[in-house]
Amino acid sequence: MQILKAAMAGTLESSDVQVTLEPHEGENQVEVQSSVLAQYGRQIKDCVNDTLSSLDVNGVKVTVVDKGALECTIKARVQCAAYRAAGVESGYPWGGAIK
Amino acid sequence: MTQEKRLRRLRRSMMFLNAQRPALLKDAYIYKPDSLLLDLEDAVAENQKDAARFSLYNALKTVDYRGVERIVRINGLDTPHWQEDIRVAVAGGADGIRIAKCETAQDVQTVVKHIEMAEEEFGAEKGFTLVMAALESPLGILNAFDICKACPERMLGVAISGGDYRKSMQASYNPGGIEMLGGRANMLIAARAAGVQCFDTVFTDVDDEEGFRQEVIQNKQMGFDGKSLISPKQIAIVHEIFTPSEKEIRTAERIVRAVREQAAQGIGVFTLDGKMLDIAFVPGAERTIELAKASGVYEGDL
Repeated sequence: MQILKAAMAGTLESSDVQVTLEPHEGENQVEVQSSVLAQYGRQIKDCVNDTLSSLDVNGVKVTVVDKGALECTIKARVQCAAYRAAGVESGYPWGGAIK
Repeated sequence: MTQEKRLRRLRRSMMFLNAQRPALLKDAYIYKPDSLLLDLEDAVAENQKDAARFSLYNALKTVDYRGVERIVRINGLDTPHWQEDIRVAVAGGADGIRIAKCETAQDVQTVVKHIEMAEEEFGAEKGFTLVMAALESPLGILNAFDICKACPERMLGVAISGGDYRKSMQASYNPGGIEMLGGRANMLIAARAAGVQCFDTVFTDVDDEEGFRQEVIQNKQMGFDGKSLISPKQIAIVHEIFTPSEKEIRTAERIVRAVREQAAQGIGVFTLDGKMLDIAFVPGAERTIELAKASGVYEGDL
């Protein structure tokens, strides 16, 4: 998927996560801020990377501000930010690239 | 569950949830409503419609709702959103779709056509996704019977939406609901004639417990199947009022038994506790017992 611009999804409410995605030279880079970083930092990063790879997104910098989100929420926000950044607004591949 | 059972399942409480808010989505089943109304429409801001769909899809696919029915409220047919809403609801495996601002049988058929397309696209079981219609205008109420009959194999029922209905009738909320009487009654008559369920509108003042209770009692007296809700704290009150009491269940059992026994002896009409009884009382009594069974409070053997 072609990333055209920077985009953000999610909020800073409890149980949510705010994901910002922007074009970036080189490999994907994921930066996580979370109050449970020591415990779940690795898991959050893996979840973001897995979601990006399902969507075939390369060359982005992702900033994640976690407020205690479940994995399904992290996925939802990364997917939303990616499609916003790609300028796609309909015809989403539910069950395909969006797993 | 057979399609017939799915269409007629117990729906005393149908609680709205904003599909965009993860905190609400993840543990709504804890409050044990009969159904959840996962909202993509009014609760979601115009610029977050996409985010709500991603959040909904992932919740539908991962959260175990423990048997609570999951119905998705899609945006109105006059918006650019409803087609994508239908795709995500079907792809996520939602039990049904609530059509907002439904005014004609054609509206139902349009939605059903797109559900069929989505079931095909995502390889979902054909016919799985049920529909219900929210009637929010005088035209919707006048067309209620046609709407109820528009798709018998998928239509579970109709609900009235008080906010928009009152506005379009140039009326506002009154305790006792005089302004809603015609709309509620017409919709109930249409739903019963068509053999589908019928649900009342939300009660928006969550702190007015007594006003809420009075409205739910009236709903039950009028013959509604259940009510749309906006807060978990409204669920217990609805279940208490809509679930038959111990006394109602005993009376229903006595009626069914007495009519059977008398009929076996060739007697059609007789009195029980000083009240006239005949075969016409049986369906009502049987419904009470069925409702008690569905609500998990029946311990008898009928």
